[in-house]
Amino acid sequence: MTEIVSELQRDRVYRLAASGTRSDGRTPEEVRPITVEKNFATNAEGSARVKLGNTDVLVGVKVEMGEPYPDTPDSGVLSTGAELVPLASPEFESGPPRPEAIELARVVDRGIREAHTIDLKKLCITPKEKVWICFVDIHALDYDGNLFDAASYGALAALTCTKVPASKLGLQDYPLPIQNYPVSITAAKIKDVIVIDPNLQEEQIADARLTVATDENGDIRAMQKGLKGSFSYEEVNRIIGLALKVSDVIRAKLKA
Amino acid sequence: MEDIEHLEKKMKLIDENGLRIDGRKPIQLRPIKMEVGVLKKADGSAYLEWGGNKVLAAVYGPREAHPRHMQDPTRALVQCRYNMAPFSVTERKRPGPDRRSVEISKVISEAFNSVIFTEQFPRASVDIFIEILQADAGTRCAGLTAASMALADAGIPMRDLVASCAVGKIDGIVCLDLRKEEDNYGDADMPVAMIPRTGEILLLQMDGHLTLEEFDRGFTMVKDAIGRIYEMQKEALRKRYAVSAEELEEPAEQAPPPEPRSEPEPPEPYPPEQQFQPDQDDMEGQQ
Repeated sequence: MTEIVSELQRDRVYRLAASGTRSDGRTPEEVRPITVEKNFATNAEGSARVKLGNTDVLVGVKVEMGEPYPDTPDSGVLSTGAELVPLASPEFESGPPRPEAIELARVVDRGIREAHTIDLKKLCITPKEKVWICFVDIHALDYDGNLFDAASYGALAALTCTKVPASKLGLQDYPLPIQNYPVSITAAKIKDVIVIDPNLQEEQIADARLTVATDENGDIRAMQKGLKGSFSYEEVNRIIGLALKVSDVIRAKLKA
Repeated sequence: MEDIEHLEKKMKLIDENGLRIDGRKPIQLRPIKMEVGVLKKADGSAYLEWGGNKVLAAVYGPREAHPRHMQDPTRALVQCRYNMAPFSVTERKRPGPDRRSVEISKVISEAFNSVIFTEQFPRASVDIFIEILQADAGTRCAGLTAASMALADAGIPMRDLVASCAVGKIDGIVCLDLRKEEDNYGDADMPVAMIPRTGEILLLQMDGHLTLEEFDRGFTMVKDAIGRIYEMQKEALRKRYAVSAEELEEPAEQAPPPEPRSEPEPPEPYPPEQQFQPDQDDMEGQQ
């Protein structure tokens, strides 16, 4: 994502952040308002449209029958993809997925996978032969910063309302077995200031980014540092602390 | 199938003496061998063996960035391509970039961006190529560590060397530098790259399950390991350039020290296999 930000604006966003306020009036430790609309796309087995401030993401889950991986013959499969479609931002272009989209999909995937959100064992139909495959597809609709968290909230919300289409086998559809609810929090470092849930302006001038996924026990399930700058250990710890502080409220919202 | 799953779960990664499957203690690294300046055509290169990993890194540049529209008029681009040879893993990997290597290339490029003085080379590109010839977990750390030496070998102005290592959790115990079996059946893995001198974290990824206390302990361990790897990197560079310096000197002037290029001490005492021989019979007996 290329940034063209004037020095004036860069300076303004930094000075605001340094003074404890932000360009959108939030405190550095405040997440933008989240709205969750589940079952937005009814042809999907599960879906959710999540707005994080003005960032708008639609995540759809398709559940289809397929073959298991040879090394996990009795487990279902989770597969996560992301499309940064040009409709969502002047910075996005059509064509094959760029590294940004791949990183986004993989970071969202990691949070869900490592927290064992889906009980994949319960998605086995015939060991070695047939299992349910969950395709989680992230579709960015409006990009105003922090796609990582918006997409990961969308994915979790969509999974919570996903139905396994067992009626295709003459059985009853059943809800996807969900056993853990990891919440991702992304922080941006602008010079020496740390803000969570960066908006687009903040993201464009950020030096470094850290995404932390934590579970209900307050344990860490996944992390990803991004961008060209660096973090000190103290900063990483502070971000983990901030993530734990806000994640419960968000978790409740996504479960509901 | 149940049985296989059972076996996998039961596979003991740490024995009753607190040792790992290759006899290491939790804080021990696998043996590491580094060599700088191994390729002719590249501007800088390094070869690294780290346990079962064999990694080559090459650096080209600073050279004109292509395609032109990618050029940054204020600084150089740092572009890394991490690539695994199809035969580097047990199951053949399809050649070319997959999603995993695209992500790793991205995070490594970003890690080097803040150490290289990119502003000295507007419109240019510093291209880093990492080839994994043989993989045994921890390839991104090995690749990054090798690339850092290749950058130094290419004479790219940098703030410092970057060193990298992973810490993880196996059988509930926080351990450094997981090998393949430990990574596959372990509980967590966290690769870290730092500038050891300043403590700046340039790469940080984590997957699995760590409590805050484990994260804290793991970080302290990996920071220490990164410091040790940094010393090995410097030693490998010294070894490469000590020779050239000598050749330039007038022979009579400076008597070379008796054994200037003796093999550097292995930085981590790696338990020789024999050390565990006496116990082995007992252990087999118990099983």
